[in-house]
Amino acid sequence: MNSVAMLENQIKYINKAFWRNPASAFFTFSFPLMFLVIFTSLLGHHSIEIQPGHSVDISTYYVAAMAAYAVVTACYNNIAMGLAFQRDSGVLKRTRGTPIPSGIYILGRLLHALFVAVILVIITAAYGKLFYHATLPTGTALFEFLVMLIVGSLTFCALGFAITVVIPNADAAPAIVNASMLPLLFLSGIFIPITSTAPSWLIWIAKVFPVYHFAWGMKSGFLGTPFDWMHVVIVAAWGLGGFLVSFRFFSWEPKR
Amino acid sequence: MDSHYSSAAISVRGLKKSYGNTLALRGVDLEIQQGEIFALLGPNGAGKTTIVEILEGFRHRDEGDVAVLGIDPNRQPMALKIRIGIVLQSTGVERYLSVAETVKMYSSYYPHPRPVGEILGLVGLEAKRDERVLRLSGGQQRRLDVAIALAGDPDLLFLDEPTTGFDPSARREVWEVIKNLQSLGKTVVLTTHFMDEAQYLADRLAIIANGKIVAEGEPETLAGRDRMLATVRFSLPDGVVPPLHLGARMTAAHAYEVKTTLVTKDLFDLTSWAMSAGVDLEDLRVDRPTLEDVYLELTTEGGASKSKEVES
Ligand SMILES: Nc1ncnc2c1ncn2[C@@H]1O[C@H](COP(=O)(O)OP(=O)(O)OP(=O)(O)O)[C@@H](O)[C@H]1O
Ligand SMILES: [Mg+2]
Repeated sequence: MNSVAMLENQIKYINKAFWRNPASAFFTFSFPLMFLVIFTSLLGHHSIEIQPGHSVDISTYYVAAMAAYAVVTACYNNIAMGLAFQRDSGVLKRTRGTPIPSGIYILGRLLHALFVAVILVIITAAYGKLFYHATLPTGTALFEFLVMLIVGSLTFCALGFAITVVIPNADAAPAIVNASMLPLLFLSGIFIPITSTAPSWLIWIAKVFPVYHFAWGMKSGFLGTPFDWMHVVIVAAWGLGGFLVSFRFFSWEPKR
Repeated sequence: MDSHYSSAAISVRGLKKSYGNTLALRGVDLEIQQGEIFALLGPNGAGKTTIVEILEGFRHRDEGDVAVLGIDPNRQPMALKIRIGIVLQSTGVERYLSVAETVKMYSSYYPHPRPVGEILGLVGLEAKRDERVLRLSGGQQRRLDVAIALAGDPDLLFLDEPTTGFDPSARREVWEVIKNLQSLGKTVVLTTHFMDEAQYLADRLAIIANGKIVAEGEPETLAGRDRMLATVRFSLPDGVVPPLHLGARMTAAHAYEVKTTLVTKDLFDLTSWAMSAGVDLEDLRVDRPTLEDVYLELTTEGGASKSKEVES
């Protein structure tokens, strides 16, 4: 089998296992959609001022924010927890003893996560359009949105790989993954809109991390705020860092 | 590489490995022939897994030469992985795929896989083809492990404790699977704690204790087991004493034993005396050292130092 066929084949099996696993199908896939329905139903008909003099419908805001959240769960949480579990149970070590090149195995996981992320974003956007007449990005804004989506997905996959380095075992995985991500989701305006009245020190902390930039990059096209390529650069830098850490320290064998 | 490597499936010289301050292997030499079932027998922490995982390419050695199918596992891992099958001591598998899907997935990693149906037949899992892996019993999971190891139709298989934790009938089943492998011409290296397993399966075995091989050979003749003294044991009724020429030693009240290499002659002498004297020899039996006796002798404290003279 050549590399492309091997990759395709690998993604097929990862995909099968993904949908049959109730935990991954629920937490990765249904969770963001559930939040989307809850947030928009509760708050959808108000509007908020995101920048001085620029107000948007909350439903539109949440459609964009939940699209960003979906990418984070599909990539970061899914990869980190999946790998921590597979590493602990010995699946990774077994794979390492077969001739499949590690690059293909890893790329398979990554592309599958990207695939799940894209489906989630499409569902989220369609839901927003259908029920709340959310404005979807078009033209240049769509292009910018897609760039952010792809760069962000790859970055959160890389960070998912990287965080496994500090996860000692599968039991600790949910705690570490959530503790490292949940605060950032709150800080970055994913669950609670960041308005023009937010304290600046909070924003400064948020700005250090990639979620904030990713969220803004994803939201711009929906909210009609200017797209800042700096967001893409910062997210990509984090991705590169995650990749380098994984490349150097990723382990295929359970830790003791 | 030396020419003598080509006839042996595995050749190991002066293998050393330590983990921090723990000396796990202190100079191991091994030669395993093609088509052979070879067992590494030893207590917990002896170094079995360390040896096997160095041969598989998972761990790096500190010193020594290793050739597996003529390949240095650390230098050409890919060339080796294509030709070996591995069952790790503790291992897992994706739980949500079916048995057939799992074997098929692993087959797809190899250039010349063995047909999935054939593999499932070999390990006796045809009936569970479409069952999800998470619903298999422990014994069935281990057979799936062997099935996955067979996916690439390897020349050489490593089985690290293939039957630990099994009930006796599940062990028997896995034994038959392993015997089947040999009839396919595969070389099998297995580790075990069980004497009966080594005795039943292995063409040759090595006993390892404390990171060193203390005995190596065929199960029947290991460490001179066949040449060791046999013991004739019997009991006599109250007041009867065996004649001196039999060389019997009293071990308890009424209980005697004779240590001998001439079992037939001594038994004849003993029974002829008993017949003519009209005495009944209660509990008459002949004991030879079992593999377990040899094993315990070699692997318990102080046993290892005596191994040299036994080996001779
Ligand atoms: N990864 C490791 N890190 C540190 N020490 C190790 C490691 N693996 C093995 N050891 C030590 O090396 C020695 C040999 O271990 P090994 O696992 O090879 O033994 P074993 O014969 O396979 O034992 P068992 O029958 O219990 O599986 C032991 O003292 C063990 O504690
Ligand atoms: Mg072991």
